[in-house]
Amino acid sequence: MEYIISILLSGISVGGQYALIAIGYTMVYGILRLINFAHGDVFMVAGLMGIYLSASMPLYVAIPMVIVLTAILAFFIERAAYKPLRSAPRMSVMISAIGVSYLLQNMATYITGAQPMTYPTIPGLSDTVQIAGTPTKWAVLLTPVLVAVLVVALTVLINKTKVGMAMRAVSKDFETAQLMGIKINTVISVTFVIGSVLAAVGSILYFTNYSAVTPTIGALPGLKAFVAAVFGGIGSIPGAVIGAFIIGICETVIKGLPSAWDVSVFSDAFTFALLVIVLVFKPTGLFGEKATDKV
Amino acid sequence: MIQKKSKKGAFIALGCILVFLAVIVLLENLGLFMDNVPKVLKPTSQLFVVLKKTAVYALAAVSMNLLTGFTGLFSLGQAGFMLLGAYTYAILTVPMANKDQVYYAFNGSAVKFSLPDLFGGVDTVAGLVLGVLLAIILAGIVAAIFAWFIGLPVLRLKSDYLAIATLGFAEIMRAIFQWQKLGPVTNGANMINKIPTFANFNIENAAGKVVLRLSTFVPFLLAIICIAIIVLLINSSYGRAFKAIREDEIAAEAMGINLAKHKRMSFCISSFFAGISGAMFAMFVNNAQAKPFTTNLTYEILLIVVIGGIGSITGSCIATFLYVACSEWWLRFLDTQTVIGDFQVPLLRPGFRMVVFSIVIMVVVLFFRRGIMGNKELPDLFKGKRKEAAK
Repeated sequence: MEYIISILLSGISVGGQYALIAIGYTMVYGILRLINFAHGDVFMVAGLMGIYLSASMPLYVAIPMVIVLTAILAFFIERAAYKPLRSAPRMSVMISAIGVSYLLQNMATYITGAQPMTYPTIPGLSDTVQIAGTPTKWAVLLTPVLVAVLVVALTVLINKTKVGMAMRAVSKDFETAQLMGIKINTVISVTFVIGSVLAAVGSILYFTNYSAVTPTIGALPGLKAFVAAVFGGIGSIPGAVIGAFIIGICETVIKGLPSAWDVSVFSDAFTFALLVIVLVFKPTGLFGEKATDKV
Repeated sequence: MIQKKSKKGAFIALGCILVFLAVIVLLENLGLFMDNVPKVLKPTSQLFVVLKKTAVYALAAVSMNLLTGFTGLFSLGQAGFMLLGAYTYAILTVPMANKDQVYYAFNGSAVKFSLPDLFGGVDTVAGLVLGVLLAIILAGIVAAIFAWFIGLPVLRLKSDYLAIATLGFAEIMRAIFQWQKLGPVTNGANMINKIPTFANFNIENAAGKVVLRLSTFVPFLLAIICIAIIVLLINSSYGRAFKAIREDEIAAEAMGINLAKHKRMSFCISSFFAGISGAMFAMFVNNAQAKPFTTNLTYEILLIVVIGGIGSITGSCIATFLYVACSEWWLRFLDTQTVIGDFQVPLLRPGFRMVVFSIVIMVVVLFFRRGIMGNKELPDLFKGKRKEAAK
């Protein structure tokens, strides 16, 4: 019983971290129709920044700094790598995203000297509590709450504010939105900034749990978060969050199955199998809108 | 437009290839005949590593180009098919004598035969050539069969969804091959080594001294034959159908091209050659394991295709050489700390090479989107010049 609870708890927390990354994917895809392959690496860079900044300044300064710097990084990536290709075919932009991911990984390897770095312990988050007899980190408990708060805030932003209205307009129809006087570049930048802020928050929670940061660590959570976004229906924020929780829980359950079955290698494969099944049977995902192909 | 077919071009191309292969053999063996060859031509030189890797990657890049550049299907599953090829090759060619040693964790292999041994063993010419050739072809066929099954659900998807679904399949494949339960076949998470490699093709005399080096020639021969088949395919009516699908699916369908059939065909053929290049990869690194066949390998190959120009076979080949040579050889100096006089050159330390390299790639992707060759081939450049001269 305790074992089941501990698996469920860690599943929910992993799911929450995926959710924070997935929102960035789903928002960018909703507006630019671009799989931002570099998003997972932005997440990794946020982790590295956390390590370097917390070494030189107190945590209450370092954590906001991490979030701000990640947002700035994402802003520059968008301006440098995606904006020049706005009228190019979608494949070029995707290749550019792959290039950015490659660049970020190599930069991280260069700066860290390919050594895995250890994430600092954050007092409060790293402390353990007893839940139904199982020791758990505060970060695990905090994650779903934080996700819920951030999602509500984001939904309000998108539905009630002017920027949110502009975002919805742009994701409905790029060109018409432009004709209506919406400054597309600003909207896109805001989207990238929001996505990366959430990824930075996600990185703090994630690396409090798994403290080793390596240059390639962002790739897999990134891809899984993308699968979550597809699963929930790309472009839909609640969909991405629910998808992420389902994937996170399934993954930890598979990892926690009896070792005699020896199926833990399939915890990653499961996510992708889920992706293929969703794409084949319900390409719009759980909450996605039906897209029509125009000739 | 009906063109009178001239065989001249084909003969020139064939001649160039033969000369090229002869040069490779010559370069490789110069060290055997002359004592004081330049350091570059020593058998241990980085040049030959680069050349071998070029042959392997060029085939992978061209097979990806067939899919991405000529059929317009953006698939990111290349590494998965290479993995299938590498494992098929390795499983089928581990000599019987080495099986227990390789599969020590699983008390021997479940595959009770070895292709080279069926023809007389790795040490005989027939065993080596026939066994390895058969294993390579089977590697391609296994990859193609998997591609056929994967294609059933996946090829219905469009652009980026196709990319992410094929990427997912590659990851699933990697997990399956690392599964301990399949250990007796795939050796679980351990690598399969002690397989026939390119070095086995060096001809030795009775004393064990190498008399003729063929270890760079063989991968080039294999890659060139495969690439030639792809070129012939692209210039056939099927190739024209592929290009029509790339330009406009709906228009192609209206012209009577069976979309599903041609897409599946392109996908299977591309995977077939990816499987072969995977087998060659296993020969190049002397083992087969799941570790190198990550999505990063696919990305690397994709970047090569982009640098060479999407839709240009010769572009892919040239880009492969430049890519491999830069990353393995020419930019090495960036990784070592250098002091000129009293001045320590800043930034130079391990890892810097890849940073410079990825910045160059970003510049190509952003500002030279057509790559080195665009969608032209090398002979087209000469043709253009000749026409201008005629004016």
